[in-house]
Amino acid sequence: MKDQERAPLYEALEEHRNKRIAHFDVPGHKGGRGNKMLKHFLGEDCLRADVNSMKPLDNLCHPVSVIRQAQELAAEAFGAREAMFIVNGTTAAVQAMIMSVCKAGDKIIMPRNVHRSAINALVICGAVPVYVNPGVNKRLGIPLGMKNEDIEAAVRENPDAKAILINNPTYYGVCSDLAFIVKLAHEHNMKVLVDEAHGTHFYFGEDLPLSAMAAGADMSAVSMHKTGGSLTQSSMLLTGEGINSDYVRQIVNLTQTTSGSYLLLSSLDLARKNLSLNGKEMFKKTIDHAEYAREEINNIGGYYAYSKELIDGEYIHDFDATKLSVYTRDIGLAGIEVYDLLRDEYDIQIEFGDLGNILAIVSAGDRNLEIERLISAMSEIKRLYSKDPAGMFDHEYITPHVSTLPQQAFYSEKESLPLEECQGRICGEFAMCYPPGIPILAPGELITAEIISYIRYAKSKGCFMTGTEDINMNNIQVIR
Amino acid sequence: MELWFTEEHTENVRFSIKIDRQVVNTKSRYQQIDIFDSKEFGRVFALDGYIMLTEKDEFIYHEMITHVPMAVHPGVKKVLVIGAGDGGTIRELTRYDSIEHIDMVEIDEKVVEVCKEYLPFTACKLDDPRVHIYYQDGLRYVRTKSDEYDLIIVDSTDPFGPGEGLFTKEFYGNCYKALHEDGILINQHESPFYKNDAKAAKNAHDKIAAAFPISLVYQFHMPTYPSGHWLFGFASKKYHPVADIRYDDWNALGIKTGYYNTALHAGSFAVPNYVLEILKG
Repeated sequence: MKDQERAPLYEALEEHRNKRIAHFDVPGHKGGRGNKMLKHFLGEDCLRADVNSMKPLDNLCHPVSVIRQAQELAAEAFGAREAMFIVNGTTAAVQAMIMSVCKAGDKIIMPRNVHRSAINALVICGAVPVYVNPGVNKRLGIPLGMKNEDIEAAVRENPDAKAILINNPTYYGVCSDLAFIVKLAHEHNMKVLVDEAHGTHFYFGEDLPLSAMAAGADMSAVSMHKTGGSLTQSSMLLTGEGINSDYVRQIVNLTQTTSGSYLLLSSLDLARKNLSLNGKEMFKKTIDHAEYAREEINNIGGYYAYSKELIDGEYIHDFDATKLSVYTRDIGLAGIEVYDLLRDEYDIQIEFGDLGNILAIVSAGDRNLEIERLISAMSEIKRLYSKDPAGMFDHEYITPHVSTLPQQAFYSEKESLPLEECQGRICGEFAMCYPPGIPILAPGELITAEIISYIRYAKSKGCFMTGTEDINMNNIQVIR
Repeated sequence: MELWFTEEHTENVRFSIKIDRQVVNTKSRYQQIDIFDSKEFGRVFALDGYIMLTEKDEFIYHEMITHVPMAVHPGVKKVLVIGAGDGGTIRELTRYDSIEHIDMVEIDEKVVEVCKEYLPFTACKLDDPRVHIYYQDGLRYVRTKSDEYDLIIVDSTDPFGPGEGLFTKEFYGNCYKALHEDGILINQHESPFYKNDAKAAKNAHDKIAAAFPISLVYQFHMPTYPSGHWLFGFASKKYHPVADIRYDDWNALGIKTGYYNTALHAGSFAVPNYVLEILKG
């Protein structure tokens, strides 16, 4: 057992900061003296910790000392064989997972409601997706997890697939049956890659869904910055028994910066220490907050704050009770409208709103005051803005028709067409609302009338549309 | 040895009172609670280092926060008071026999406990049978009420610390919902004088004006509050605070006051130009 009270990278950085070293290396702001405005804004302590790789502070691309020790402590804390610190976001971790097990032409089984970073990886490496349709909750309209029988069928039909990728959980908090999938995959010599961008807390809290490493998965991308308390863009890639992590590091180094930020890296080290020492208590508080908010929001009437009652043993194997997901369409407002009202009228910023739901991220950092404000503001929004829900779009997920491989489609000869004229054409780029960043269209998919009306509707409700070359998404790049 | 209590009214302005002795120094779950005795102001009550009241000038605050709406609304029977742990507002309200029911919602039980023991001049009526005390978050309490009160008085601390939620748009909207169709909302509205206080006053005014058809402020002078120039908000669904003053009815009640009278009531709504500018701007 290692000493989780230690934080070797943080300690080395602190020691370095206390030495009065004359710096003739980058960064050129030299502890903020070279950019006083920035120093004033972020604080001198922060800028003095923003240093370059050097012998006493190790090197992220080739860790041999304090970064290595910090990663070993993290691996132990997460129950992984190895842990790798990532500073290019969980996007980089997801892509490294896929590129570590798939080469061009290799098949990978995944649900279609993955984050764009996963499909990006397919564009880059040329792997072939085998989509398993997630179930859709009829009332809420949200995409769910994958059903065991559907995955079994995909494995049976694609025995040559190299890996299965799973969300654990989805943005909304839905978990598939990870233990079953791991067993099935390993019986068929497939690796299990888990996108745990929204699941850091599974490793430390009680009464939470099973984590990837506990389930025996091969790799997991963990967004420490989302619910783990590290700085934005810092993340971790965990590997299990059957993975050569030295090879994975080679893959990570293909695209990750060689100037890893020590602010991000030390935040990972301290977040891991904090989670190890206080995580159980933190996530108990988080669940208590979320449960209280759900009960109160459901008492307002009109809203539906959902949780474990959704578990159906099929598409929803488990549910993450820390997620405060609320269905809003019954009060005649799209989630994105409630999201905008909360920010513009009540100074409350939540994580995202889609067509029928909002998601508020609750954490141990919240106080009762903020929770009360959110509930009261939602009560006011219902009183002042609710409408007749007739005619509202009722689903977030449209089953895609894949015509061409993502990489082939992305690099094909393309032309830009007005949205209205795209019906029947093959899309050559991504189109999505961000957040949540789950593609409505990925490269290689058929553009249907339903998709066009979905995009039009999402735009009219004020969704932030991203992915297309045309910044306003009036036009879409289609294959010639 | 000299002992002085000092409050920073701004980063650059201090207000000090010479203290005879410290009577209470304790911490609740929410805030630091102090009580001092002083020659000039008698007993002084402070939360987190900010003076809430002194024995000498509390009558000004408590008379102005209660008698103004009571002289306008002809039939106040049920009142909700939020904050007001010292009991001064309740003391003034209990002088009206026409009031049948007072709900008081105070987040900090310890404040009430301390005030009952050490501030008998304000806390004296907290045991009146019409008074029902709830120890919980005001924002949470009012959210669950609908068409229930004739008058709501928000006797809060400042827009930071435990009183923060009582300066939000959602709170004022919830109050609107909790009031009858002719209900009145009175709130502690900060001061227009120093920059940060003025910003808070402006913010509160904008948010209240968005919820109520009638929304005005009135002023009074409070010697121990920053700048001494202080405001209450008067928001109402039906009654105008000046056009609808019931001069004769109120004076017929024979309530003896030290600061309030009906002429001053009308005048208190005539605020200086700089205040109008702040609220408008």
